[in-house]
Amino acid sequence: MVRYIAQRLLDAIPTIFLILTLVFVAMRILPGDPAIAALGDNALPEQIAEFRERMGLNVPLWQQYFNFLWGIFSLDLGRSLLSNTPVTQLIATYLPYTLELTLFAMILGVAGGIPLGVFAAVNRNKWPDNAIRGYNLIGYAIPDFYLGALLLIFFALNLGWFPIGGVGSGDIWSRIHAVFLPALTLAFVKTAFLGRLTRTSLLEVFGKDYIRTARAKGARENRVVYRHGLRNALLPISTGFGLSLLSTLSGSVAIELVFNRPGIGRMLISAIAERDYAVVQGGIIVFALFVVLINLLMDLVYVIIDPRIRVTK
Amino acid sequence: MTALDHGAQQVVAPEPGKFEIVGKIFAGRPATVVAAFVIFAFILIAILAPVIAPYDALAQSFLRINHGPSWQHWLGTDQFGRDVLSRMIYGSRNSMIFGLLAPTLAAIVGTTLGVIAGYFGGIADRVISRVVDMLLAFPELLLAILIAAALGGGFWNIVVVLTVAFVPGFARVARAQTLSVKQEPYVESAIAVGVRTPTIIFRHIVPNIAAPIVVLMTLWTASAIRLEASLSFLGIGTQAPNPSWGNIIRDGLNNLFGSPWPIIGAGLAITCVVLSFNLFGDAVRDVLDPETNQ
Repeated sequence: MVRYIAQRLLDAIPTIFLILTLVFVAMRILPGDPAIAALGDNALPEQIAEFRERMGLNVPLWQQYFNFLWGIFSLDLGRSLLSNTPVTQLIATYLPYTLELTLFAMILGVAGGIPLGVFAAVNRNKWPDNAIRGYNLIGYAIPDFYLGALLLIFFALNLGWFPIGGVGSGDIWSRIHAVFLPALTLAFVKTAFLGRLTRTSLLEVFGKDYIRTARAKGARENRVVYRHGLRNALLPISTGFGLSLLSTLSGSVAIELVFNRPGIGRMLISAIAERDYAVVQGGIIVFALFVVLINLLMDLVYVIIDPRIRVTK
Repeated sequence: MTALDHGAQQVVAPEPGKFEIVGKIFAGRPATVVAAFVIFAFILIAILAPVIAPYDALAQSFLRINHGPSWQHWLGTDQFGRDVLSRMIYGSRNSMIFGLLAPTLAAIVGTTLGVIAGYFGGIADRVISRVVDMLLAFPELLLAILIAAALGGGFWNIVVVLTVAFVPGFARVARAQTLSVKQEPYVESAIAVGVRTPTIIFRHIVPNIAAPIVVLMTLWTASAIRLEASLSFLGIGTQAPNPSWGNIIRDGLNNLFGSPWPIIGAGLAITCVVLSFNLFGDAVRDVLDPETNQ
């Protein structure tokens, strides 16, 4: 198992290099001159020269690439063009808010999705199952930013139950109060996805011999469903867990905008609008590294849950 | 096509006629019929936008800012006094164009890459598979956001962003299908009798991997529409003042105390169209590619 984990960790290194290289290529080569992009077409030549020097764009490309990688390893991603704050400091400020939102949304999604899936599987092809199927269809179709805007208009603006934006003040209840609606928005889709997944894998398990045996020996239905059924259905569900963590992270970008919450997503989006080159690059790197990290964790969790993988690989 | 070729295809997979397939997609599925009707209606709206839109989608007027729904303006007006219904009607053009264009382009590029990787193997396969695997680790939305962050908005950039976001999925499916078709006796015998490689690929491989690719294209039309709306909402898709369902919601959110109707209307349109394309795509998948149905 240690060997398998070590193998996975080693595998991630070339992937990270590849991703960073792609980010570098996309940022330096594709959109033309970043100096002109940042300063506009009317920038004076001196301004452009100064910008290029400040951003380290005045050296040959291979040296830029080297500096770029070195910067990431030494946690120096440059400074914001507008505020002159180090990008790493901006990330450190905003990341906790994004993590708070993502985590809260996942908790709500799992707490809603798994019981819903069990409920649907137990009542297969009866009205609860059909109702949940309808909810799934809507959950896949409705854009999260639209749902967020509707919840904002109804519960925050009209009823005044929740703050219209922000992250609340210092104490924990006010933070939970502020994160609840955005997290609920993100959880809506997660619940649909995890519910459907739980239903499918649970129904598959229900067809197995050991479930019939458990019923035959007279185990109570609850015990059959939860202890024999759900535990064995957990493996596919855990894959879905990783996938929905990824989609929650990407969904958080739009949701932070809807609810006017600070976070990495909003940092990235406003940096794009302000043409803040270094911050855009920093935001992209943070998201890309998170994707690698979550995929890696998914692989590791898989090994812990299912010992068979350790043997075969 | 010669008689011999036709005969060979019949042996490989006896294919139902085109009308039979269309019939199967709709038979006994009232929801699919409704979905197809909704899709058809929105395509008509997009094509006929200049004829049916009651107002110019860009015309501003300070005399009618933030009006609620009325007989003159069914969905009211926004903070610039623009007619929301007209903006939505013109916005449908964006959704339809990207929804149809992006999966098609991605299918062409992705299938090409996948067939190259699957058929030739070797170094091409290793490079393509490595990059595709890496890109597949990203959710499409995040990948699109990150590419758009580097490229910026605008029509052709959105086309590039959506295409790149979808290419890995097509490449993976095309590669796997090519690998399995390549093992079939008719391909092996074609290679053995010395048929030229391009002929093998276009006559034997591509037609036989087409079904799952077409299924993916229909399913991802919905994703493309959603993605375009999300990017436009984030301000990195269709740029103001051009209307798109996504940026109508963006404008609506900036004008939260003015009128909720732009948000409600445009969001409902996205949901309806995405739902219809999803239902339609599911039906197409069930008929063309029954094995992948979970």
